[in-house]
Amino acid sequence: MTKYIGKSINRVDGVAKVTGKAKYAAEYKAADLAHGWVISSSISKGKITRIDAEAALQLPGVIQVFSHENRPGLAWFDMSYKDQDAPPGSPFRPLRDATVKYSGQPVALVVAESLELARYAASLIRIEYEEEEHETALEHNLHRAREPKSGVASLLKPPPPKPRGDFEKAFQRAAVQVSGTYVHSAEHHNPMEMFATTVVYEKNDKLTIYDKTQGAPNSQLYVSQVFGIPFKDVRVISPFVGGGFGAGLRPQYQLFLAVLAARELKRSVRVSLTRQQMFTFGHRPATVQNVSLGASADGKLEAIRHDAVGETSQFEDYTEIVVNWAGMLYPAQNVTLTYNLVPLDVYTPIDMRAPGGVTGLSALECAIDELAHQVGLDPVEFRLKNYTERDMNEDLPYSSKELRECFRQGAERFGWANRTPEPRSMRNGHTLVGWGMATGIWESMHMPARAEAVLTVNGKLRVSSATADIGTGTYTIMTQIAADTLGMPIEDVIFRLGDTDMPLAPIQGGSWTAATVGSAVKVACEDLGKKLFKMAQKMPHSPFADVKLEEIVFENAHIRLKKDSSVAVSLLDIVGTNGGRAVSETSTSVPNMLEQRKYARAVHSAVFVEVEVDEDFGTVRVTRAVTAVAGGQILNPKTARSQIIGGMVWGISKGLEEESVMDHQFGRFMNHSLAEYHVPVNADIQGLDVIFVEETDTIVNPLGVKGLGEIGIVGMPAAIANAVFHATGKRIRSLPITLDKLL
Amino acid sequence: MNSFSYARPSDISMAVGELATHEGAKFIAGGTNLLDLMKENVERPNRLVDINRLTLNTIDDTEDGGLRLGALVTNADTAYHPAVESRYPLLSRAILAGASAQLRNMATNGGNLFQRTRCYYFYDLATPCNKREPGSGCGAVHGYNRIHAILGTSDQQPETTCIATHPSDLCVALSALDAVVRVTGPNGDRTIPFADFHRLPGDEPWLDHTVQPGELVTAIDLPAKGFSDYNTYIKIRDRQSYAFALVSVAVGLEIENNRITDARIALGGVAHKPWRKPEIEAMLVGQNLSEADFQSVAEALLAGAKGYGHNTFKIELAKRAIVRALKQAANLEPAS
Ligand SMILES: Cc1cc2nc3c(=O)[nH]c(=O)nc-3n(C[C@H](O)[C@H](O)[C@H](O)COP(=O)(O)OP(=O)(O)OC[C@H]3O[C@@H](n4cnc5c(N)ncnc54)[C@H](O)[C@@H]3O)c2cc1C
Ligand code: SF4
Repeated sequence: MTKYIGKSINRVDGVAKVTGKAKYAAEYKAADLAHGWVISSSISKGKITRIDAEAALQLPGVIQVFSHENRPGLAWFDMSYKDQDAPPGSPFRPLRDATVKYSGQPVALVVAESLELARYAASLIRIEYEEEEHETALEHNLHRAREPKSGVASLLKPPPPKPRGDFEKAFQRAAVQVSGTYVHSAEHHNPMEMFATTVVYEKNDKLTIYDKTQGAPNSQLYVSQVFGIPFKDVRVISPFVGGGFGAGLRPQYQLFLAVLAARELKRSVRVSLTRQQMFTFGHRPATVQNVSLGASADGKLEAIRHDAVGETSQFEDYTEIVVNWAGMLYPAQNVTLTYNLVPLDVYTPIDMRAPGGVTGLSALECAIDELAHQVGLDPVEFRLKNYTERDMNEDLPYSSKELRECFRQGAERFGWANRTPEPRSMRNGHTLVGWGMATGIWESMHMPARAEAVLTVNGKLRVSSATADIGTGTYTIMTQIAADTLGMPIEDVIFRLGDTDMPLAPIQGGSWTAATVGSAVKVACEDLGKKLFKMAQKMPHSPFADVKLEEIVFENAHIRLKKDSSVAVSLLDIVGTNGGRAVSETSTSVPNMLEQRKYARAVHSAVFVEVEVDEDFGTVRVTRAVTAVAGGQILNPKTARSQIIGGMVWGISKGLEEESVMDHQFGRFMNHSLAEYHVPVNADIQGLDVIFVEETDTIVNPLGVKGLGEIGIVGMPAAIANAVFHATGKRIRSLPITLDKLL
Repeated sequence: MNSFSYARPSDISMAVGELATHEGAKFIAGGTNLLDLMKENVERPNRLVDINRLTLNTIDDTEDGGLRLGALVTNADTAYHPAVESRYPLLSRAILAGASAQLRNMATNGGNLFQRTRCYYFYDLATPCNKREPGSGCGAVHGYNRIHAILGTSDQQPETTCIATHPSDLCVALSALDAVVRVTGPNGDRTIPFADFHRLPGDEPWLDHTVQPGELVTAIDLPAKGFSDYNTYIKIRDRQSYAFALVSVAVGLEIENNRITDARIALGGVAHKPWRKPEIEAMLVGQNLSEADFQSVAEALLAGAKGYGHNTFKIELAKRAIVRALKQAANLEPAS
């Protein structure tokens, strides 16, 4: 019975957000709160030789300046610094010693009675360095590329499959060949809300920590291990997150610094980062890719080679899935996929929306377009000709795959049939018009999670799980699932998240939250329902005494007999028999691995884009775009559409504007402000259209959902590049496509 | 940001007096540029003299048929003022191409003249910059200089090298219109022709303009000639709004009987100041519209331009923008 699932329910947290009632990590108050200001290193590699904090410490109201020189002893082993998302290697430890490993590294924390004072004091501190030669340019260091180390992280991010067939031979023999090198620089997530932590120092040395994170339990684990505090003495709370996009998948250094200061000073401390400092930790790694494709004269894809080299830090091997997609999307028999890393003097990259997926597909789908053009086939037709029902990497069937329907419905909505295939064939004065398309894919993941469901004495349903809502709509869809599972009116259901006192859920990322936490919520509510049913059976003169669970339904806050709905007991009456106490159930949902392992599971999309390019100036605008998504069950079309549109906007950003520019003289990102780090403004965005193609999937998870967080962005940059080619005849293989590349 | 004291004088002489008696004091108007620079420790005034109470917030006709723009009138109010819209549409267009609606609501005309370069290195204390720290070197010249100058740069001596641009849109239009800036200071009132207001980096790249310390801009005078029939402002940038010009062109033409009788061309985003060459503009005077050789004018204006790698594309881009702007201003092409 679904009264709410599948409906466009407004965000249950919307009012709190637009009225300012939703509080973020830096907004929590505490008595006697001290304020920290982080000093970032000005060099990219070397040693700190001197820290002169004299002048700062003399200012009345400056409490302490923490650095490697005076920090307390901390956990010794790397193991303790590994958070749930730590890649193989040795995690960065703030203030560990005098070594500087990257530009912008936190080297000191000034703590003062006010934020303004801390900031002023920071400007008085003189730090001297001994500089060493740094290496930050990926393209100059490709000769150092090596295989990534493997570790726990490889479970979620499998390395490329072994080669199949013989690429070399097939490529040489192919009637049509294309080869190209694709590059993009680093990008930073830049959520609206800056990273911040407020540590409230409680009695008995307990800490209540308000942190900006995509997983409160991850921050709790980190703090507990690094500082040697028992779990029960560290509570992390993070009910609202002003955007994460992956940046919050690992604890960021302000958490470490705030906890360190709070413990040393035995008082509450807040540390928030500046926008400039948002460029001093994880980022989407710069990547260089080579793609070679070979096809028969009639357009059968025979040979694929996709090689990617990504940057990582000198201390951890961050990896993402860049090249595997080719083998999942296309049925070619001769495929070689490789993925390597070059360690540079930068911070370890971190997952950023559709990590690897958007990187790899930006190259692959561009090359496919080029090949289709060479063969003389329409790009949609080419993809249909090379369609696969199986993931050829694993040689498994897809649990469901309505990509064909995405192509059909997307093309129809866009009016693709009116496209004239020749580049530069559609123009309007100085304006060249181009139409391009691309395919998108992202794996559908499902993890174990726990949730608690409580029926309160006044008949309200309260459900909770320690997951996060980074703006995706988690609050809303969980409320819908809970309401439907227990047949409650949605006004009587409250879902809460982001607190380590709640049942454990994994960090929010990888588009797995709807499936993972949604399944846990469903199970917890079902289990609570069973419990309530048993209680109903024990009520005096119960109409259900001899009834089986299969014979009843939960409807409108009642348990009813299916065959005679007038036979009913209200949930309020049932909880009333519990001696004035609420009824609760905590349950765990575990993926059905045995069944799932027999299938490849993925969400697919087809993206169609129109661009206008000024012939003289090279300026590109996306004038309209259509994304058709096959994403299984759509829990809430409104929040789902927002996810896809957000992804499409970001795709425009990545395709045309966004880039963290590193000056290799200094090994430093230079455009570290939102005036210079360009993302689209309203005027850049026009007509975005989303289609959800019907898709039923009974294998992927009990809810049949596939996750929509990443699929909106993956195909967009390639579709834009392909449209630019169609408009101009120029194949731009370096993102973003800024106007200078088209002059 | 350092700690500073604050004053809010109510008349001009007090404001000027504040600066004369406090070394290290600075005027603050809309604050949209100064506060950002203070947060980055690029500017460190020890006293802020808030001039928003001064009555420099009107737009009035002048005796010679021109218009006087008060220094404290906001960019938005200037752009939408009926006299500006009808008599100086070029100025309206240029202002509205700049910044964002929110910024234009705060930004003042006086403050706009003094806004500092957007050079990344100027803003980042971890890198060398001759403009910020005389003699420390120029980070941009061998670095990331996509937004930097191609004309009138200083690049001979490491300690005086500077290839920064002046980022304003408004000033490009003021330059084309031959505006005159009125200032007052400890030594009395004076006027500065717009061409002399900003300067090239030369041997002293730390100086942006010719206003003396302690002088206050009170108004900007627009001469009667407003080129209201034939004008255009083209701004080429990396996104549709809220981005500085990579190249911009302000053009004003006077045309009689299909013949150009006066021409102004000012370029933005290419130099340390709005770029004008009256002797090249004169090439257009007397030309017949149907035969006018806009390409030669563009080539001549860019003669001697020098690229530094990331910004070399600006040379060709500027030429194309000039040709397009001239055609648009002459109504030979629809405005884009
Ligand atoms: C993100 C961003 C994007 C922008 N984009 C653009 C753009 O595209 N185009 C554009 O043209 N501009 C742009 N601007 C700049 C904006 O126009 C300027 O910041 C603004 O015009 C400055 O005016 P203000 O009144 O705020 O000056 P303030 O910040 O108050 O002052 C700036 C300087 O001028 C001095 N000053 C102010 N008034 C006087 C006076 N009357 N006499 C003497 N000295 C004075 C101050 O002492 C200070 O040094 C942008 C700004 C930002 C932050
Ligand atoms: S271009 Fe000028 S402002 Fe920029 S770094 Fe060089 S000296 Fe400084």
